[in-house]
Amino acid sequence: MSPETLVLSREMRAEIVAHSRELAPRECCGVILGPAGVAAELHRLTNLEPGVDRYLVDDAELYALARANDERGWDFVAIYHSHPVSVAFPSKTDRELAFWEEAVYVICSLEHPDAPVLRGFRIVADEVAEVELV
Amino acid sequence: MFAIREGGVPVTDGGSVTVLVPVPLRQLTGGESKVTGDGETVAALIDDLEGRYPGIKGRICEGDGRIRRFVNVFVNGANVRGADGERTALRAGDEVGIVPAMAGGR
Repeated sequence: MSPETLVLSREMRAEIVAHSRELAPRECCGVILGPAGVAAELHRLTNLEPGVDRYLVDDAELYALARANDERGWDFVAIYHSHPVSVAFPSKTDRELAFWEEAVYVICSLEHPDAPVLRGFRIVADEVAEVELV
Repeated sequence: MFAIREGGVPVTDGGSVTVLVPVPLRQLTGGESKVTGDGETVAALIDDLEGRYPGIKGRICEGDGRIRRFVNVFVNGANVRGADGERTALRAGDEVGIVPAMAGGR
């Protein structure tokens, strides 16, 4: 069976990397919205966690986007966040707090700052399956 | 007992409110992204929803009825956490949004 894929433009990848670098050493976070699984809009969001090893998306920003999605029939296609010093793979915390099963979790690793790595994952019931970013 | 809203339109407390349902809970609402419910408070509304969509309360609340830590409930755009929580009063025409937290970490 072919792995799931997510089409992610060069511009969106560059934006995720840029956001990750700007927020380092803290984790950045954001979402990609669109119709029927199409990555149409990227939104940088505020990380309310003050430390360097967690993210919590600003709930008011999240609600505004959820309402906008509802009005135009869009979904949260992807949720991205950065791992400033660790690999691009869902941590135990990522898996425990993966409440948005319908979204692809995109992780940007700056473990090697000059060679950022972007990978995508579907996390359902603590099971992780890679989503190929194409 | 009637309360007068802005604009002079009389409403009855505890009337219908609109509930925005997140994707993870739509399997419980027959796929509906928006439902209506009744209740004078958020807690009463959730009990009302549970009667029609069994299992939904457990996804929103802890066993003691408090809203789960990683679930946000908004009433007319304001998060009830840090305010009156599940005791927040509702009026007919209110909009309630249920939005799971987006969180994670290293």
